[in-house]
Amino acid sequence: MTVLFGVFLLTLIVITALAIVQTQHLFVAVILAGIFSLLIAVIFFLLDAADVALTEAAIGAGISTMLFLAALTLTAEYERSGSANRLLALGVVAVTTLIMIYATFDKPRLGDPAAPVQQHVAPWYLEHTPEAIGIPNVVTAVLASFRGYDTLGEVSVILTAGIGVLFLFGAKPRRQSGPQRIAPHEPGRGLRHYLIPRVVGQLLIPFILLFGLYVQFHGDYGPGGGFQAGAIVAAAFILYALLEGEAQILRVLPQRLLTGLIAGGALLYGAVGVAGILLGGSFLDYSVLAANPITGQHIGILLIEAGVGITVTGVLISVFHALAARGSV
Amino acid sequence: MYYVVIIATLATMILALVRALLGPSVYDRVLAANMFGTKTVLLLAVIAFLYGRPDFLDLALAYTLINFIGVLAILEFIRRRAPSSAADHDTGS
Amino acid sequence: MSLLLHVSSWVLLSLGGAFVFIGGVGVLRMPNLYTRMHAASLTDSMGAALIIAGVMLQAGPSLAAIKLAAILLFLLLTSPTATNALASAALLAGLRPEEDTSSPEECGE
Repeated sequence: MTVLFGVFLLTLIVITALAIVQTQHLFVAVILAGIFSLLIAVIFFLLDAADVALTEAAIGAGISTMLFLAALTLTAEYERSGSANRLLALGVVAVTTLIMIYATFDKPRLGDPAAPVQQHVAPWYLEHTPEAIGIPNVVTAVLASFRGYDTLGEVSVILTAGIGVLFLFGAKPRRQSGPQRIAPHEPGRGLRHYLIPRVVGQLLIPFILLFGLYVQFHGDYGPGGGFQAGAIVAAAFILYALLEGEAQILRVLPQRLLTGLIAGGALLYGAVGVAGILLGGSFLDYSVLAANPITGQHIGILLIEAGVGITVTGVLISVFHALAARGSV
Repeated sequence: MYYVVIIATLATMILALVRALLGPSVYDRVLAANMFGTKTVLLLAVIAFLYGRPDFLDLALAYTLINFIGVLAILEFIRRRAPSSAADHDTGS
Repeated sequence: MSLLLHVSSWVLLSLGGAFVFIGGVGVLRMPNLYTRMHAASLTDSMGAALIIAGVMLQAGPSLAAIKLAAILLFLLLTSPTATNALASAALLAGLRPEEDTSSPEECGE
């Protein structure tokens, strides 16, 4: 039955992807891309990968759509047609697809216990997580402790992306001669029509923030962790920015605070690593952080997940500001 | 017993997807995307129970909130787009 | 008792599935944006309430039931608001609901 659902969802994905490629209206393409991400999240969920599904739903179907739309307001709405050499591109894609399909003929069945991927590292992690780290969610244990270097690299990538966007978009644009952007709270612009979403949104924001904190700290026991929590908290602040306008949110969260968050999260991560060295272990060795090594692991995972969450929140909100507040600040 | 609901929800998701592909105006597509999102939440909740993993309900809860924010963001950015562009009936799709 | 629970859960789930499917058909077949909104939003709330109530009966008193109640609460709060925002946006952008000249009360005013 799972196979049936999976095949069905994959068919829907192919249809959506074809529609995204075929349409020329970029807003429509972005909305369809959101639906695409959601379908992928459901497929991940069917494959029992809950952490990945949560990240894909929060970032791919949520934040990504909003950032694409914010970027689209700065540029044209229809795709420019008539690019050269479609045939060559089509040929390259077709050959690559055929090679990849041929490569899947040797793939072991899904969930086969004798597959090579289940033989080496995976059982080692599954055996050693309860005794070395002591948390139920093995994904978080692998992500945060056994493969802490890789996660440090991921945080650096997010940091670099944030810096890049701020360099490109952070400068104040020169006086624009086009139509002015009108913030939703400007009086006389139909404030009444937005009353219900404003009230409900303001009611929901504390709960979304609370849920973000829950996801952050519950990552040891269930799906969750820094990346997902950062996306959810950033979504709450983006909701506030949409409802109250850019000027208001820049009063609540000034850009300097956001820059501090971006750098501070990565710094926290690196500091935990260096603290490991100073306390006698190696870089990112959490066992020396407390008297009991398992408590040390817990403290280490808590701190670095907090660092990841802080950086992701800062970067996502900064990118949103850079794109959306570009005419009005 | 769960399969009836899952099949009904999947069928509705197809119908919403068709509306998202067809709908002449942008608002039709936003409506279809919102409906797709809420049906996905229901699907996730039922499948989480079908497979005996109730701690996966966090995904459904997260996506409920994100869907709402996404729809409001889409509407806000549609409102903000340059007035010189075409009105809501898009032709080139 | 357990049989009653199972039967009522099954009934609620089936009804919810039926509502959800009717909503899908409505979104596809209704002629106008605003009528499609009626189909989508009403059946959304009702179908979600029935389906989640059915699953809650299966879950029994546990953390999962509280999470399901939270999902239901947020769905019932946010889905109509999103529909309201969508209708306001469409109206403000100039999409008028088509005039229905065949209903008697229009001519009476």
